[in-house]
Order: sequence, then C-alpha cells, then structure tokens
Amino acid sequence: MKKIKVLGSGCAKCSQTAEMIADISEEMGIDVIVKKDTDPQSLLKFHVMKTPAVIIDDELIHSGSVPTRDEVEGWLRD
Amino acid sequence: MFQIFTEFATWLVYGVFGLEADSALGGAVHFFVEDVSKIFVLLVMMIYFIALLRASLDVERVRDYLASKNRSVGYLLGSTFGAITPFCSCSSIPVFLGFTSAGIPLGITMAFLITSPLINEVAVLLLMSLLGWKFTLLYVVVGMTVGIVSGLLLDAMKAERWLQSFAAEALVRGRQMALSNDAAIPGRVLSFSERHAFAKTEAIEIFSRVWKWVVIGVGLGAALHGFVPEGWVETHLGQGQWWSVPVAVLIGIPLYSNATGIIPVMESLLANGLPIGTTLAFCMSTVAASFPEFVLLKQVMQWRLLAVLLVVLLTAFTLVGWIFNFAAPYL
Repeated sequence: MKKIKVLGSGCAKCSQTAEMIADISEEMGIDVIVKKDTDPQSLLKFHVMKTPAVIIDDELIHSGSVPTRDEVEGWLRD
Repeated sequence: MFQIFTEFATWLVYGVFGLEADSALGGAVHFFVEDVSKIFVLLVMMIYFIALLRASLDVERVRDYLASKNRSVGYLLGSTFGAITPFCSCSSIPVFLGFTSAGIPLGITMAFLITSPLINEVAVLLLMSLLGWKFTLLYVVVGMTVGIVSGLLLDAMKAERWLQSFAAEALVRGRQMALSNDAAIPGRVLSFSERHAFAKTEAIEIFSRVWKWVVIGVGLGAALHGFVPEGWVETHLGQGQWWSVPVAVLIGIPLYSNATGIIPVMESLLANGLPIGTTLAFCMSTVAASFPEFVLLKQVMQWRLLAVLLVVLLTAFTLVGWIFNFAAPYL
C-alpha cells in the first residue's frame, strides 16, 4: 500500500491537495494512506522549496502546485 | 488614459444609482467604483505581461544564483530578488529553509523575505496608477533599503545563533557544501506558448488571491475619503508630530494586510493630509510586520530572533517615517 505525504503548512492549497488525493484514491478503489506533514524538517529532508509537495513512499514526485487530476491518477496507478 | 474609469464611475454612481455628486455617500461610492474598476483592469493586464517576462524565474534558481554570489553584493541581490520573485507568505518557511540549507547567510535570506511582501508587481502597479511614478520610485528604494539594512544588521549581530537548532545545523552543512561544489541548475529556454501558459495561470491565480484585498483596501480608502471630516487629519497629524510616527508603526503591527490592500488606503491618507513619512511608516508596518508571518517563522527561529527581527523592523519603519517627514518640504 502506498504511503502518501503532502508537505507544507499554513497554506490552503496543501489541505486541498491532500483531500484531492484521498478522494481520487477512494473513487479508484485504491487503498492508500494520505497524511499531511507540516514538520519543517521534512521540507529540508526532501529539499522542497515550493509547497504543496507530494511524497510517495519516501520519494518526492511533485512540488509547487495543486496537482491535476490526471497527475494524481497517474501516480496512483503506477 | 485613466479618464475612462472616472467617466464610468460618474455614469454608474450619479446616473444609474442616482446618488448626489456632492454628498458624502456619493463621493465615497464614486471613489470606490472608479478605483476598483481601474485597479482590476490594470491588475489583470500587468500581472499577465510581467509573468510573461519572468516565467523562467523561480525561487530555486534564485537560491542557486544567490548561493554562488559574494556576500558583499548578496544583500542587494537578495532584496532585489525579493522584490521581483513571485511569492506568497505561505512559502516563507520552505524558501527560508531552502536558502539556509544552500549556505546563504541569514541576513541575505532575510533581505529577501523582508523585501518580498513590501514590493511586488501588484504594489508597484497600484502605486504608479494611484500616486505617480515619483512616489513609486521612492517607495521601492525605501522598501529595498529596509530589507538590505535589516539583513546587514542581523548578520552583524550573528543572529543565526538564535535559529531553531535544526535550521542552524542545515546552515552549517549548507556552507560546507557550498564550499565543496557550486553546481547550479542551468536555466531552460522557454517557448512563447509555455510563457503564455504560465502567465495566464499567474494572472488568474494572483487576481483571485488579491481582488478581495483591493475591494477592502479601496473600501476603507473610500470611507476615509468620504466620511473623515475634511481637514481633521491635517489639523491633528499634519505637522508630522514626532510621536505620530512610532504610534503609526505600532498601530500597523496588529493590522495585517498585503501591499495590494494597503495602497488605496495610503492614497486616501495622503489625500487627507497625513504627512508622507507617517503614511509610509504606517503602511510598511502593516504589510511587513504581521502576527501570522511571525507565527510561521517561529517554526525556524527562536523567540529571541523573532524579537530582534521585530525590533529591527519597527526601528527601520520609524526612521523611515521621521526621515521622510523631515525631508518632505525639500522633495
């Protein structure tokens, strides 16, 4: 099961991103764990300068915007 | 060129709404409609064109560029990039950590972060259209100077001692890495359609973020314009009494607005006869020193550093106010 983290604090887009991933995975019937991570040390660890950033299984795959629906579906299918 | 917006407001407010031109309400509503329509049209156009130009500029490239530069020019560059890089306060922390972990000195990072909310394309545009280019130039120079001087002071105090420990460690590691390699991400040449796509997204995004600030700011400005008795401000604060500047700065702290919201208020305060220095001090304090921003920065700074930063900023704004009130007759 994929572990997805959305990095970033204090921005509406971060919550929006996390909710969106949770909703889409549910629609697709794929079990994932989606968590919001507001710890600034995580930003350092993944060298993120633009939030929201998406981490899947400890790998940075997106940063700087709310992802599109297509992008999210693509990540979930892999 | 801006005449059309005045005519539009006259037509709508006095014609369609049927308000009296010489009543307080009519004057205030006219002011509101004229400014909001003018600002909205200019905003969308200008954000688009500026975004076309700066499509290839982002915080990661700014970081690489700053990290490769000598400290002596770093403050000026940090402040300049703060002025031109698109940035919202919710990115303060990732940008702060990104700069810090690249070994960029705290003062240069802070020059960037302090200048950023004070000066941006929306602010410059509003200043130009409401207060003219001379005032705009003055504002930009003062804003950058505040950023640069605050950065220099923080470094002179070795303020990085008061970072949270993980941020301080990142800074040390970053310095060592910066010495061992200086690989920068090469810039990519963007096609026009990529620039257009970026500019369109930017225009929509920035507009949807700032339009309400414009409405609030102009609304306040209009209320001041129509309802504060003519001459009241002039009589009570018009001489640039020395204490009025620190008081204006203190009032500005709990108030929080971005530059977009405050500039129409500035216009109105100036028109009501508030001296230029007091106005600048009040508005810069409102924009750059805010509680939400400080709460965010607490994640990477100890209380001590936040307190120092607050004192530095408040002192800077007070000095700006005094200097301009003093110099105003000679400008």
